Amino acid sequence: MEKRELICIGCPLGCMLTVELEGAEVVNVTGNTCPRGKTYAEKEVTNPTRIVTSSVKVSGGDRVSVACKTKNDIPKGKIFDVARALKDVVVEAPVCIGDVLLENVADTGVEIVATSTAKRK
Amino acid sequence: MKSYDIVIVGGGPAGLAAAASAKENGIDSILILERDRELGGILNQCIHNGFGLHTFKEELTGPEYAGRFIEKVEDLGIEYMLNTMVMDISTDKVVTAMNREEGLFEIQAKAIILAMGCRERPRGALNTPGYRPAGIFSAGTAQRLVNMEGYLPGREVVILGSGDIGLIMARRMTIEGAKVKLVAELMPYSGGLKRNIVQCLDDFNIPLKLSHTVVDIDGKDRVKGITLAQVDERNKPIPGTEEYIPCDTLLLSCGLIPENELSRGLGIDMEAVTNGPIVNESLETSAEGVFACGNVLHVHDLVDFVSEEAAMAGKNAVRYIKEARNEEVARIDMVPTDGVRYTVPKYIRLEKMEDTLTVRFRVGGVYKNCYISTYFDGERVMKRKRPVVAPGEMEEIKLSKAKLAEYPNLKTITVKIEEA
Repeated sequence: MEKRELICIGCPLGCMLTVELEGAEVVNVTGNTCPRGKTYAEKEVTNPTRIVTSSVKVSGGDRVSVACKTKNDIPKGKIFDVARALKDVVVEAPVCIGDVLLENVADTGVEIVATSTAKRK
Repeated sequence: MKSYDIVIVGGGPAGLAAAASAKENGIDSILILERDRELGGILNQCIHNGFGLHTFKEELTGPEYAGRFIEKVEDLGIEYMLNTMVMDISTDKVVTAMNREEGLFEIQAKAIILAMGCRERPRGALNTPGYRPAGIFSAGTAQRLVNMEGYLPGREVVILGSGDIGLIMARRMTIEGAKVKLVAELMPYSGGLKRNIVQCLDDFNIPLKLSHTVVDIDGKDRVKGITLAQVDERNKPIPGTEEYIPCDTLLLSCGLIPENELSRGLGIDMEAVTNGPIVNESLETSAEGVFACGNVLHVHDLVDFVSEEAAMAGKNAVRYIKEARNEEVARIDMVPTDGVRYTVPKYIRLEKMEDTLTVRFRVGGVYKNCYISTYFDGERVMKRKRPVVAPGEMEEIKLSKAKLAEYPNLKTITVKIEEA
């Protein structure tokens, strides 16, 4: 049996997790204070994922950019593909929190949504 | 002169939560004064996620978290003024402020809530030798440039200090195409949250050099490189460990200092450890009717706790206005010792205390397998086992009014770290 030590990133508590693996299968998670920790540990050792946050350019707005994020977590290995996909995106003001700015970013099947607002100039 | 029941200085997370809470507790005449072009404070540039798990049970980004409180303040019809700088607060609660439309003006308040937040420790406070070339930024300045102004301030980056903003910016600059060569931390432990070490450094293979510092900055017009050196247990550079790292940008994430010029001008008593005002159980400063909350009081790691604290300040300000004062009530002093650096609040008036009071504090070093112990005078009344406590993560204990009432002549409550 393999044991792996992780630090949970589910919230700022940062619990120290111990994951017991039988081959590729998770058999036990200890050290978590909430169910989020167990989910994180299982994902982290099999298919680690992250939410990516960034910003995109705005045209015709009261500011030059709006903040955005992947609506759900994406595979960790695709972080830079997402960053590249956002490089040339320009969105038209007005933008509201929650607006979908890009669909299926970098073939992840995940939307990019706005996390800040831009009013029309 | 205009007058309001409550004037709140600062429209960031603390000011917004204090305002909403004051309104919900029955005061309508509230004014928020904000110096930026919009409400939300520093959250507007914190576009990363991880905010709000305690408050909203979901993970939000900074602007989304701020957005929820701004919406609440708007819905409650609370007045605010933007682009407005508070210049002075007098002991009789006259607030002097200025903006482009009205020039210099005065407002009379019945109660004031200080919610000015904090500021980053600048290069000048670090005594690092070298010229003053372009390319040296505080991590928060870089954050604003990248996330709000649309500039990438450099390509090859060294970060000094492992505070959360430094860690967050290591990831942010990397995602935007810069090469972050390393994060150097003077202390033998990181000042940031563990989760940020994992998802901002480890994910991107950025080395964290503990017990290291920058001893020289090279470059006259633009930063060309820095010299890194290891430090000994007294934080002094060890000769022979110097290493030259070429880079064009140095970000500083070396601590946050509560912004208390106004508080000092008002002459209120300050806590030397936190650089924030000394407050009682109601978060009221030594100036009667002047309350403080959020990072101006003590620097927090989590905005959720700022909102919670600020809501208390708002509620207490309302109570101050509505209730008759009964002077000279007995006070119980909070005594931080054995690893506990400070407590907020600093003293408690039992009569004014809520049923439960959260006391927040930080420790001075890393302690493993320890108890956080609470003593009522000489008697240990609570202990909580902790696998690890560290200066980067704020701790808390909860005191119950009923329990305190069982000790009628209680003089001091001591909070300390003990070996388990």
